[in-house]
Amino acid sequence: MGSQFAVSTALAGADFATFPDYPAEIRAPVGTTFGVSAYQINLGVGPITTPGDAPEVLVAFNPAALKVSLPMLDKGALVIVNNDTFTARNLAKVGYDNDPREDGTLNDYQVVMADISHLNLEAVKEFGLSKSEGGRCKNFYALGMLLWMFDRELTPIEAWIQRRLAGTPTMRDANIKALHAGHAFAETAELSANLSQIDLPQAEMEPGEYRSITGAEALALGLAAAGELADRSVMFCSYPITPASPLLHRLTQLAEMGVGTFQAEDEIAAICAAIGASYGGMIGVTSSSGPGIALKTEAMGLAVSAELPLVIVNWQRGGPSTGLPTKTEQSDLYQAVYGRNGDTPIPVLSASTSGECFNMAIEATRIALRHMTPVILLADGYLSNAAEPWRIPDLSTIEPIAVNPVPDTDESPQRRAFTRDSKSHGRAWVTPGMPDLMHRIGGLEKDIESGHISYDPANHQRMTTLRAAKVDAVADFIGDQAIEQGPDSGDLVVVGWGSTYGPIYQATRRTGVSFVHLRHLNPLPRNLGEILGRFDKVLVPEMNDGQLTTLLRDALCLEPVPFGKVTGQPFLIRELVDKIEAVRGEAS
Amino acid sequence: MNDKLTPKDFATSQEVRWCPGCGDYAILKSVQKALADVGADPANTAFVSGIGCASRFPYYVETYGFHTIHGRAPAIATGLKLANPDLDVWVVTGDGDSLSIGGNHLMHALRRNVGLKILLFNNEIYGLTKGQYSPTSRVGTKSPSSPKGSVDTPVSPGQVALGCGAHFFARGVDTDKVGMSDVLQQAHAFVGTSFIEIFQNCIVYNEDVFANFTERKTAANTQLHVKHGEPMLFGENNGKGIRFNQETWSLEVIDATASPDDVLVHDEANAIVARMLIDLHMPVAMGVIYRQPAVSFEHTFYAHHPTRMQRTKSIADFIKGPSSWTVE
Repeated sequence: MGSQFAVSTALAGADFATFPDYPAEIRAPVGTTFGVSAYQINLGVGPITTPGDAPEVLVAFNPAALKVSLPMLDKGALVIVNNDTFTARNLAKVGYDNDPREDGTLNDYQVVMADISHLNLEAVKEFGLSKSEGGRCKNFYALGMLLWMFDRELTPIEAWIQRRLAGTPTMRDANIKALHAGHAFAETAELSANLSQIDLPQAEMEPGEYRSITGAEALALGLAAAGELADRSVMFCSYPITPASPLLHRLTQLAEMGVGTFQAEDEIAAICAAIGASYGGMIGVTSSSGPGIALKTEAMGLAVSAELPLVIVNWQRGGPSTGLPTKTEQSDLYQAVYGRNGDTPIPVLSASTSGECFNMAIEATRIALRHMTPVILLADGYLSNAAEPWRIPDLSTIEPIAVNPVPDTDESPQRRAFTRDSKSHGRAWVTPGMPDLMHRIGGLEKDIESGHISYDPANHQRMTTLRAAKVDAVADFIGDQAIEQGPDSGDLVVVGWGSTYGPIYQATRRTGVSFVHLRHLNPLPRNLGEILGRFDKVLVPEMNDGQLTTLLRDALCLEPVPFGKVTGQPFLIRELVDKIEAVRGEAS
Repeated sequence: MNDKLTPKDFATSQEVRWCPGCGDYAILKSVQKALADVGADPANTAFVSGIGCASRFPYYVETYGFHTIHGRAPAIATGLKLANPDLDVWVVTGDGDSLSIGGNHLMHALRRNVGLKILLFNNEIYGLTKGQYSPTSRVGTKSPSSPKGSVDTPVSPGQVALGCGAHFFARGVDTDKVGMSDVLQQAHAFVGTSFIEIFQNCIVYNEDVFANFTERKTAANTQLHVKHGEPMLFGENNGKGIRFNQETWSLEVIDATASPDDVLVHDEANAIVARMLIDLHMPVAMGVIYRQPAVSFEHTFYAHHPTRMQRTKSIADFIKGPSSWTVE
């Protein structure tokens, strides 16, 4: 025990603080005596500044540590649980009636469970240590996991162990091994941590009832709410992928809202089953990350051609190919807006914050049903797991979602199924099982009037124009773009989209420049060109190599200043402030 | 209830656009007849297909129809069945569509036992793309993409099906109205995935590839029509039979009149014999080769869903989460 405390206390000392740019702070337990084997490290990980000094990460090596330390954490904190010690006996010993891992105790936190004791002992087996000696290495095993999750270098810690344990070579090597093993475990399991990067000062929070929410939770609730608003069941079909899986997990908890989840055999089957569900009259939804979205591309075209509603959620991560599964990027914007064969336009939305995933899920469903089209909702790995305080919306203010009615005419069923609304161009949602409306749909081009297969050249021209007009018509329903903050005109406006909202908001507030944040990326709001035209320069920070910059150049003939960052790390406010000042300097 | 519908009631106004003489015409007629015979409700029936000649099928059946993308029909049909388990859902596919590009979805539909009737039109060739060899083509098949003969070992649809855990596998010949009628009706009555391999003659790119066992004149000697509980007899006057040779662990043809007691009785629930029947080259086994009743996927899906997909709670019940606080 004594030596374990010694290690942790030493870690809290000067040595650790000298690690360059290392934001972790490790503290010894605060005035608590644990059971015989109880031991705890709390790591507070910056650059977060939360009111109070609540740690954002808890490694609970046993139930006692969890019980004592959990109340110290803010909601949304990361809790790493050592499964091996959560035995019935240990739980009873500290007065847990139920297993806190299963009874909802940890609902407000990001939880990673791992058999740390066991995995650590396996890792250091080769050193022939006693069980207790080997067990001590688990601190570094857990630290290795954290270093991966927070994208920190192993080297400084390794050097520290080298120095600190120079006198006991076996323990030194075992601890280094444990550190690396924990790091490798987290990498293999694709663990990631996405703690809130920005906490708005308390003063800015509007009055109301709040809860803590992650993007995955909010999106799940939004989809379920959309089902209720449209009075349709929701069928969510997906294939597990990092970092999209939390949405699947969350939706399984919402069954009582008429939500079904289907784990398909692959990404293609997932979107196809969702299309099948939409064809059958439920709200079909699929979700993935970039590589999986790429596989779904052909089926998106089918939904466009068949004019079926569908919601496609993309939790973006770093690419190309497998890329950086646990790192956040916004690099699938081209894929969403342009990435299909044929002229195949699809509306594209994005969520800016975890809480906003709720609204955008409803908005995506609303557009899908109104225009009878697939809709892509861009979120990202950061939003998936990041918890933030969210003002619970007044549900009575949310408009119901209308379902396009079947025209009451005596025309042929084929024609009636493809009768389109004059404003939205959305067709009637005719589904198998409806009497006397049997008709055929598919991926072949069809006659704009009769809905039958047509290879007529002029008709294909008209249908292509119609599909473009339909997506363009979305802009007639979404309202004007607002300026988030700052003056209506001036030398510089910063334009953002997605999860960079927080840092851009802070940076523009500090510098007093104007900030426009996009939620609708295709089509863009009608007044966007007019707004941006009032500024001398447009700066576009984004976590990619300039994709929104291209989009604005393409759609609005602007020449924005791109500011891309693809390190897998979110923007720092300081970086943005520096860039804003640099661009302003050039402008003046 | 409407008056009983006739096969013609299941024909659409669309001009059928297969090549003259294509085996698909006969299959279409058999399916339309089977729909009438089983009293199918057109509004409650949907045909889902992938891509290929066979996949044009839904345009010609007066029910709901969805001509989808290459290989994905089982996945789309699975979603449809989950959304509306009461629908009568048929999947029409070809050897390339289901066993090449869509092999994965076929496999998973079969092992899940989704309530689909999957009609595999096997002509051992790619028709729509102009005659390349397919995954069921025999070794040495000369085609535009294999001018010196294909080198791939063909896949056996029946063995694939049983290997994937299929619960119903049957076979028919496109032009055999009687056999097809029987097989289609049994497939329709089955709960779960009924998978039918239909030997279909592609008159343009692979003509008569099955002629050695589909010729009417010789069919009695080249086809074995199995029926559950009945002896495996074939040939003129059912003079031949199938015996299980216990020394070689294989099926063999015997003189049924000489040793009637040795003739194997078809047990459709016996997967081992079914696999032997699938591999039998002469005669070729037809009819319901394997059937093992099981619960369908959609049934289990709904049974396990806490509210059978009904909305019993509102978003208001969930939106506050485990805890909330008020900011004044």
